Amino acid sequence: MSEELFYVGRRVPKLDAPAKVTGQVVYGHDMKLPRMLHGKILRSEHAHARILNIDTSRAKALPGVKAVITAEDIPEIKIGWARDHPVLKSGKVRSMRDEIAAVAAVDVDTAQEALELIKVEYEELPGVFDPEEAIKPGAPIIHEEAPDNIQEKMRQSYFHGDVHQGFAESEVVIEDRLRLPFVTHCCMGTCFCLASFSPSGDLTVWSSTQMPFLYQRDLSMALGIPATKIRVIKATMGGAFGSKLDMYPFEPICILLAQKTGRPVRITFTREEEFIASPTRQPVICDIKSGAKKDGTLMARQVSMILDNGAYSSWGATTPLVMMQSISSLYRVPNVKYDVVVAYTNNPYSGAMRGYGNPQATFVIECHMDMLAHELGMDPMQFRLKNANQPGDVTGQGVKITTCGLTECIERAADSVSWVEKQAKPGNRGVGMAAMIHVGGGARIYPSDGCGSTVKVDDYGKVTLVTGSTDMGQGSETVLAQIVAEELGVPVENVTVINTDTDITPWDVGAHASRTTFIAGNSARLAAADAKGQILEAAAQNIGEDVEDLDMKDGKIFRKGEPEEWIPFAKMVRSKHFRPDGDVILAKGWYEPPTERQDKEFRGNISATYGFAAQAVEVEVDTETGEVTVLKIAAAHDVGRAINPMAVEGQIHGGVSMGLGYGLYEELVVQEGEVLNPNFADYALPTALDMPPIESIIIETDDPAGPFGAKGMAEPACIPTAPAIVNAVYDAVGVRIRDLPITPEKVLNALKEKEAR
Amino acid sequence: MVSLTMTLNGEEVTIEVRPDALLVDVLRDQLELTGTKEACGEGECGACTVLLDGEPVTSCLVPALKAQGREVMTVEGLASGGELHPLQKAFIEHGAVQCGYCTPGMLMSAKALLDRNPHPTEGEIRQAISGNLCRCTGYVKIVEAIKAASED
Repeated sequence: MSEELFYVGRRVPKLDAPAKVTGQVVYGHDMKLPRMLHGKILRSEHAHARILNIDTSRAKALPGVKAVITAEDIPEIKIGWARDHPVLKSGKVRSMRDEIAAVAAVDVDTAQEALELIKVEYEELPGVFDPEEAIKPGAPIIHEEAPDNIQEKMRQSYFHGDVHQGFAESEVVIEDRLRLPFVTHCCMGTCFCLASFSPSGDLTVWSSTQMPFLYQRDLSMALGIPATKIRVIKATMGGAFGSKLDMYPFEPICILLAQKTGRPVRITFTREEEFIASPTRQPVICDIKSGAKKDGTLMARQVSMILDNGAYSSWGATTPLVMMQSISSLYRVPNVKYDVVVAYTNNPYSGAMRGYGNPQATFVIECHMDMLAHELGMDPMQFRLKNANQPGDVTGQGVKITTCGLTECIERAADSVSWVEKQAKPGNRGVGMAAMIHVGGGARIYPSDGCGSTVKVDDYGKVTLVTGSTDMGQGSETVLAQIVAEELGVPVENVTVINTDTDITPWDVGAHASRTTFIAGNSARLAAADAKGQILEAAAQNIGEDVEDLDMKDGKIFRKGEPEEWIPFAKMVRSKHFRPDGDVILAKGWYEPPTERQDKEFRGNISATYGFAAQAVEVEVDTETGEVTVLKIAAAHDVGRAINPMAVEGQIHGGVSMGLGYGLYEELVVQEGEVLNPNFADYALPTALDMPPIESIIIETDDPAGPFGAKGMAEPACIPTAPAIVNAVYDAVGVRIRDLPITPEKVLNALKEKEAR
Repeated sequence: MVSLTMTLNGEEVTIEVRPDALLVDVLRDQLELTGTKEACGEGECGACTVLLDGEPVTSCLVPALKAQGREVMTVEGLASGGELHPLQKAFIEHGAVQCGYCTPGMLMSAKALLDRNPHPTEGEIRQAISGNLCRCTGYVKIVEAIKAASED
């Protein structure tokens, strides 16, 4: 890190913050177009039923209703990652969120009233709500194409080494069953879609998508509209956390209503709809077996999982691939086997959520690391250090670890909670920790993992970065502006960022896998470097110098070594423009990471680098009430380089709070397919009073592949928190919680069982 | 429709509203003050918080006619004379904003706190915003920003 940096590493406030603190930002929820109608969706009353008849006649007759649609009005095309999901359902419904009909009306109340006038006759079918029951012979069949209720594409087996031999060579072997519940994103801004057609049939969609280009393709497929007639613009959204990764049925429905009425239509979810009809994190039932030698050398890990897919497959059905990476590669473990089944049930369907399977995988691994350490009689921190991944390791799955701050993360997190003084001490307080690995340099799950950018410099020196990437509120615009400012040598105030308008912005796979800073950052840097070259070339011609002798910093062009004699760079931009053979400064960058897709045995290096973290927590357990109070969380994250430390801290804090909610409070209660707590009164998000002090510890390993050394870090913050809390509860009172959330009731029951023993 | 007169962000406003209209809908849909957000409609998340005679209320639960003859302040009224409120400046400088959907409600709860208690403790700050949910920040930088504004 010898180079002097001016804008990278600075706590630059978010570019959009002034507009957000004044209420001036227009979110998708706030948008209105002339003659705009409001769309509403009728959902199933049953989790599994045949649809015998849908009578929309009374709804159609209601004044103010402009269109009512059912499955008859839409091409018979199935959407979703496995193409198993009809947009509007006919024949039968498979979950209680299923879309049956939709209405466009002059206002929301009229649309709602119209829904109540639609009569649907059902014949109820037996449902199946437990994934283990679903895959037994004789269970009710959810999709005729999958008579065993298994999503075949995700029935996977992975291995490296030989687990049988690994366990045979182990001196301590333990086996357990662990479970994880339904939880959901709870974005403060719900899902929305606003669709409008031009007279020539060109569609513009203002959307809360985080994957605009795949979304454009999916809309085209679902509606039979050529992608060339579709423009997707991301409107400002209130958070995403993975929930806006897929195109969902409400979006083609909204567009269809607009097409049918010839008027713009907006659909905005209510909070209840958001709980019921946006996806969840997949519940997991996991059997795990781990073995080690007496000296603490990890020998073998065997994991078998059943995931509750719900009734349909979103991108979230592919989370086993991310789980697999942690199972194969978190810590050095020579023998690994992983088997996974993704089961259809009549529950709400699962999707992508921050960490994308990794919170579940890390939970089972890190609970078991702790249990194994205790079985070995070792300090769990020392056990982790002994087996920690190191720079230069290539794991059994072919994961190539380059920069790796895992050891430092473990040590620094432990120090922060005074681990040595507090671990295994009497009383009701305890400390626990968990670590994690996650992709930090993109994730090649698609033929391209690239991102395009352009940089335009105008005659006045204003720099516009047009990036393919998507800002969902996490602050990628600001980070990219800092990267461009640094590379180009202009003040960050001069840089404006345009993102996510498919008519304007170059291609990008989307905001997922913590890839934006790394991938879009590298892309923006290439474009900025190209623009800088063009400007210096113009300057060299203008003032008769060799281009190699010139440099640019802080908006000033000067001869290298003579920074006091300078020319404003905008003047040189104009000099290129204002001449007979003139030109504009317009540069592009395309970055495709040097990675590979996995082979048929799931081996391959899908990310250009990997992020590591360790979190340590101190808890106090009230043995009378069972209540767990987290006193402190230390979160040490190897981020490569913090382009904006304030933004990095913000991601750590937010992730930790999501992880704390997963650990202690959150559960979507689903009974017979019905969400029983679709509101914030009954689904407990952490409040300001629930959050303990968080010490964010930024470890910089200066990754050579990253833009100015940075690697992805946003998802990781929510990944290790919950298992760290479980492990701390064990350290405090000696009881092992095997399923989340850690409710007082579970703690009390476990304490009673311990007494009885 | 009935007539509603209130002082809104310092100016007297009279409009015709439905008798059962909620304050949040009148502000957002009729007066186009979309800075106030609605995120749950049940008074559980605080995104729609505005000040009614200086007291924070969840405007999704307040009938609009309750504002008759009273003072209502929304996030749009926080800055004055072209100058951002110290809380707004602190939220920007301390990174207290991510997606920003909870921000207007947070700011109004924080303003109500500082108006009655200019130098709150961290505990008092957390208590004052405990009805405002945020999914992005873990509240850390929001609390820091309110603290910083109170020390200005």
